[in-house]
This record gives sequence, C-alpha cells and structure tokens, in this order.
Amino acid sequence: MAINFDDVKNIWVYAEQRHGKLMNVALELIGEGYRLSREMPEGTKVCGVLIGAEEDVKPLEAELFAYGADEVYTLASPLLKNYTTDGYTKVLFDAIEDIKPEIVIFGATHIGRDLAPRVAARLNTGLTADCTRLDIDMNNYINFLEAKTTCNTKGLTPDDPKKALLKQTRPAFGGNLMATIITPRTRPTMSTVRPGVMKKREKDESLTGTAIDVKVNLTEADIRTQVVEVVKAAKELVSLTDAEIICSGGRGLGGPEGFNLIREFAEKVGGVVGSSRAAVDAGWIDHSHQVGQTGTTVKPKIYFACGISGAIQHLAGMQTSDCIVAINKDPDAPIFEVADYGIVGDLYKVIPQIIAEWDNADALLAAAQK
Amino acid sequence: MAYKIIVCAKQVPDTNEIKTNPETGTLIRDGVPSILNNDDANALEEALKIKDAFPGTTITVITMGPPQATEMLQECLAMGADDAILLSDRALGGSDTWATSNAISAGIAKVGEYDIIFAGRQAIDGDTAQVGPQIAEKLGIPQVSYVKEFAIDGNEITVKRALEDGYELIKLQTPCLLTAIKELNTPRYMYIKGIYKAMKHDIKVWNAADIGVDLTTVGLKASPTNVFKSFTPKPKGAGQKVAGDTDKELAVNLLVGLKEKNII
Ligand SMILES: Cc1cc2nc3c(=O)[nH]c(=O)nc-3n(C[C@H](O)[C@H](O)[C@H](O)COP(=O)(O)OP(=O)(O)OC[C@H]3O[C@@H](n4cnc5c(N)ncnc54)[C@H](O)[C@@H]3O)c2cc1C
Ligand SMILES: Cc1cc2nc3c(=O)[nH]c(=O)nc-3n(C[C@H](O)[C@H](O)[C@H](O)COP(=O)(O)OP(=O)(O)OC[C@H]3O[C@@H](n4cnc5c(N)ncnc54)[C@H](O)[C@@H]3O)c2cc1C
Repeated sequence: MAINFDDVKNIWVYAEQRHGKLMNVALELIGEGYRLSREMPEGTKVCGVLIGAEEDVKPLEAELFAYGADEVYTLASPLLKNYTTDGYTKVLFDAIEDIKPEIVIFGATHIGRDLAPRVAARLNTGLTADCTRLDIDMNNYINFLEAKTTCNTKGLTPDDPKKALLKQTRPAFGGNLMATIITPRTRPTMSTVRPGVMKKREKDESLTGTAIDVKVNLTEADIRTQVVEVVKAAKELVSLTDAEIICSGGRGLGGPEGFNLIREFAEKVGGVVGSSRAAVDAGWIDHSHQVGQTGTTVKPKIYFACGISGAIQHLAGMQTSDCIVAINKDPDAPIFEVADYGIVGDLYKVIPQIIAEWDNADALLAAAQK
Repeated sequence: MAYKIIVCAKQVPDTNEIKTNPETGTLIRDGVPSILNNDDANALEEALKIKDAFPGTTITVITMGPPQATEMLQECLAMGADDAILLSDRALGGSDTWATSNAISAGIAKVGEYDIIFAGRQAIDGDTAQVGPQIAEKLGIPQVSYVKEFAIDGNEITVKRALEDGYELIKLQTPCLLTAIKELNTPRYMYIKGIYKAMKHDIKVWNAADIGVDLTTVGLKASPTNVFKSFTPKPKGAGQKVAGDTDKELAVNLLVGLKEKNII
C-alpha cells in the first residue's frame, strides 16, 4: 500500500474513556500531542478521538478542548457502549483510512495495548510500544540523549534527514535497555505511551475547538465477543512490579510493628509495601515483599527506602526506580548515594510528618514559590 | 470434546540476569540463560489443563527464532505438548512485531485447523505485547488479551480479561486467540516421562519457503518500525539531601521538591 506523505496531517490522540469518564492518560497525551504538533509544520493540529456510546462520549468533547485539543472526532454508536476489540478496531481503522492522520497515539493501558496493535496490523503500519518519550525536534532529542543517556550522538545533527520523523523512545529488556524507534516508510506513525509520563496542559474552560461527528459503519455481526459484565474490583493487592509507588522498610524499623507505620504510609500515598531482606529474615514480613537480588526487581515512579542501609543486593532490585527517597538516621548510609532525595532523620518522626502533609503538597509548593 | 490448540512461545534471555555495558550502551548477554518466556509458560499451562480435562486434545507449540530455540521447544514437549514447530530462516531475522506476526500466522496457517491459539501477553525482551493481537488480526479471528481466568464449554469460551482496576467477563466462540498473564495459572514442571519423550520427538523446522510467506512482508527490511538508536540510561549520581531543621521541615521540603518536579 503506497502512501502519499503529502496527504497525511495532524496528530490523533485516542481519548480513552471508560463509562463516560476520560482516562487520565488521554489528557496527558492531548498535552503531549499539543507540544509535538507545535514542532511540526504550521497548521498541524492535535485531535482527540472519542469512541463510545453517544451519551458517554458527547459530554467529554468540552473537556478535551479545555486541555488543548484543536479538534475532536467523535465516533459514537450504541454498539460501542462497551470496549470490544472488534468494534473499536473497525471504526477507528475506517476513520484513519478516511481522514489520514500523520500520527496516532494511544495510552498504553490494558485497552490501548489491545486496540493499537490490531489497528496497526490492519493498516499495515508500524507501532511502537509503551513509549516514555516522544520527540520531533532534533535538537531536543540530541539534548535528551546527551543529558540522560549513554548514547553516542556523533553524526546526529539538527539537519539529519530523519529530522521530521517522530522519534519514539521506549524501555525494553525489562528496563535494561532503551531504544528509539522510527517508522520511516508507512503512515500513520503509531505508538502507545506509558500512563503517567507525559504532562497535561493546564485546564482552560474557555478554550473551544471543532467537534466533528464521524459516521460509523458497524453492525452487531462485526463484534465477535460479548462483554457480559465489567467488574470494578475493590483495590486489588497490587504486585510490587506493577506498583507506581513503593514504601519499603528495613531493619531500621526495629521490629515487626514498624510495618504498621509503613502500611499506613503506603496507604496514604497509594503505594505498595516493600522490604529489605533483613526485615524478611527477621520474620517481620513475608518474603513476597522483598526487593532486591533475591527478591523482586522493581522500577516504580517513587521508591521510599525507610531504615534501609542500601546494600548492593538491595540496590540491584530498585536502583532504576524513577525517583528514590531515602530516610535513614545515618548520614553515611550507602543508600544516600543513589537517593534523589535523602532525608537524614528518624523514620518514626519523619514519616508521620510526610503522611500529615501529603495531601497539602500543592499548597506547600505554592507557598514555597511565593 | 477434544480441541486443537496452538501455543505461541518465544525463547528469551532471562532479563533479570542481564547486565548492560554503559560505555557502549549494549546488552551483555554472555552467560545469560535463555528461557521460555514467562507468560508463554502460562499460555502452555492453560492448554495443558484443557488437554487434562478433554483427552484427545492436541497441543502444537510454534516459535520463530534461531536454531537454538529447539531447546525451549523440547522443554514445552517435556511439559506435555504434542508437537513443536520452529520457524527459522535468515529471511525472518530482524522482524518487528508486524513482520513477526506475518511469519507466525503463515506458520499457523500451514499447521491447519485449530480451535484456540494461546500466546503470552508480553515477551520479557521485546516487551511490546503486540504480537498476539497482530497474529489474531492476520488470521482474521477474535482475540482477548490479558486473560486471567478461562473456561470452555463446547465451542463457547468464557474468560476474565484483567483491567487495571478490575476485569471484564467476556464470552466468545472458537476459533480465537487468547493472551495469557501470570495470574491465569501456575505452570507445571517438566516430568521425567515427558523429558524422555521430548528427546525422541522430532521437532519440525520450517523455513520461509515452507510456510509460503511473502518475503516482502518479513524480516528487517520489510518491518515498518526500525530501531533508530539504542542505549542505556545514564547511571544516576547522588541526588540531594533534603534540608530542614525539624522533622516537619524535612517532610515539607521533600513534598515541595517532589511536587516541583511533577513526581507527585
Ligand atoms: C547472596 C545475597 C543475596 C541478598 N539478597 C538481598 C535482597 O534481595 N534484598 C535485600 O534487601 N538484601 C539482600 N541481601 C542482604 C543484604 O546484603 C543486606 O544485609 C540487607 O539488605 C540489609 O537490610 P537493611 O538495609 O534493612 O538492614 P541494615 O543494613 O541493618 O540497615 C538498617 C538501616 O536502618 C537505619 N536505621 C536504624 N534505625 C533507624 C531509624 N529509627 N530511622 C531511620 N533509619 C534507621 C540504619 O542507619 C541502617 O542504615 C542479600 C545478601 C546476600 C549475601
Ligand atoms: C530494543 C527493541 C525495541 C523494540 N521495539 C519494538 C516496537 O516498539 N515495535 C515493534 O513492532 N517491534 C519492536 N521491536 C521488535 C520486536 O521485539 C520483535 O518483533 C519481536 O520479535 C517480537 O516482539 P516482542 O518480543 O515484543 O513480543 P511480544 O509482542 O511482547 O510477545 C507477545 C507474545 O507473542 C508471542 N511471540 C512473540 N514473539 C514470538 C516468536 N518469535 N515466536 C513465537 N511466539 C512469539 C509469544 O506468545 C509472546 O508471549 C523491538 C526490538 C528491540 C530489540
């Protein structure tokens, strides 16, 4: 299938909604799409794409505009009330073929990672998985490589022939390796993007844009799965590997009761409880919580190490966390060598203060910036 | 009722054991063991459970990879699979997920009839979770990904599909493709008789010509995605100590820092 690159334009964001509520990642991607569109040829727009039952999706158009969408395409049908691979793939594929976006991005949710590969395969185009960074501008990309990675940038110049391509950066091999993927010959370029990585724009209710209803061509026979029910679980026990925040306690807790404080802390911040091996060996907590070489390897957004010295075997399991906060009363504890934020203090005194102030963080920042 | 089941399995390096060379930004694979991809062990286990419940069911494991992937296929046979196929050809090397699914679906088409295809949700090396859905698309069959519970009655399958905050209960008919996650089951070990049987079993090796795949749809050159650069993150140096004279000040300054950097 030959594509005329002159025909494609704009960035589409699949604005995933569930039961009439937008997923956070949809707004994050509108923000990212907005940023990228302004680095592309003038007039490039960021467009939200809503799919669902009319009563669920129509009210969401205004929200997408308020977060920066220039246009919103709405694909509505009673048959789209629940997410189904077949139904959503068909209508999105038809719309992409018809309207020809240049780039289509999805949140890497359980639904985005089901829908995007199927659509990309039907379009015979490339799909990059679970991206944590997107670049158009070559200078920004080179700066990123130089500041944050070991990549040799020799030969990369702002006039690189690939400069107009979307550069999609993602972790692979369990986070040990990063790769930047390009889609040079087919359109649209498609990617799924990890939730929580991109930044929303400030909400501005005065913003509006163009809302476009796309006629969908879908019959019951197109959908081969039947969604019997969608069940929301009471917050399931999240595993350490999936956790965005981990609060770990070590021998510094001094006894099994110490984990009561760690549990309270984890509950407050929406995290999962981890531990060092010393705490497990002492019988204070089950091995399933152990982080490290002989425990679980984790890479949360925030890792709180409380009363953990930072032995090499512990570091092996948490060193690549996005942000490490260490609380330890010994200023020379090795954990401080890897901590982004080190607090020298008694965990029994500091953690209750963090719990007390956690919900005020916005106000604290505002006060600090005055 | 007996079923014909195909399991897609990939041999992967044990990424827990992998180290990287920060100087060159490459993986150090020496001495890193190759294993059956974790989710694929769950995929195979579910097929074996069906076989336990419905005697006469047959399980064919298919993989695309280099010749040494036969070791992994032998392991699958020793767990109880009936047949194993290796798709191996230089022409298939460097395939992205689109090209990989073209090759595997051509291999499956050559196997013939099937009721259920099980794949893993995600391979721990490429980490894309795209190949399962893309095989289903190429074969024109329905899919359910993230399957954590499975039941079958005649041609009707009922599954629970995991969501971030719950699950969907879904019904569908065979033939279909399902991708397994670790919550689905606990994989069994190889058994002695199985190991013996596996040693004697002939693994079929098919090349690109055998599966009749269009050579313009497989391999590095045909792949729509290309790796532009690969690298490792810079090891991070020591961060900052949080300032503060009281415990409250320490807590406040931490939260301000986290908020400022958009970490919370
Ligand atoms: C083969 C092998 C495998 C191993 N695998 C693992 C593994 O997977 N995971 C793992 O964690 N370990 C592992 N270990 C053990 C590891 O070497 C360390 O012994 C262990 O991590 C130490 O745990 P810790 O930091 O909790 O305890 P300690 O090293 O005793 O540190 C306790 C810390 O708490 C601080 N502290 C004390 N009281 C307070 C207080 N009130 N407030 C604040 N701070 C306080 C102290 O200053 C100290 O730094 C392994 C070891 C070996 C040999
Ligand atoms: C660093 C790096 C990044 C990459 N990023 C991308 C990318 O973003 N997009 C892209 O299209 N390609 C990408 N690739 C290429 C991709 O890894 C290969 O196409 C690979 O063959 C399949 O992808 P996967 O390992 O992610 O499998 P997944 O899609 O995660 O595997 C899911 C399931 O499909 C089945 N399966 C997968 N591969 C095989 C096989 N060879 N044989 C049998 N069954 C199999 C298994 O059941 C497996 O559990 C990347 C490669 C590298 C090295």
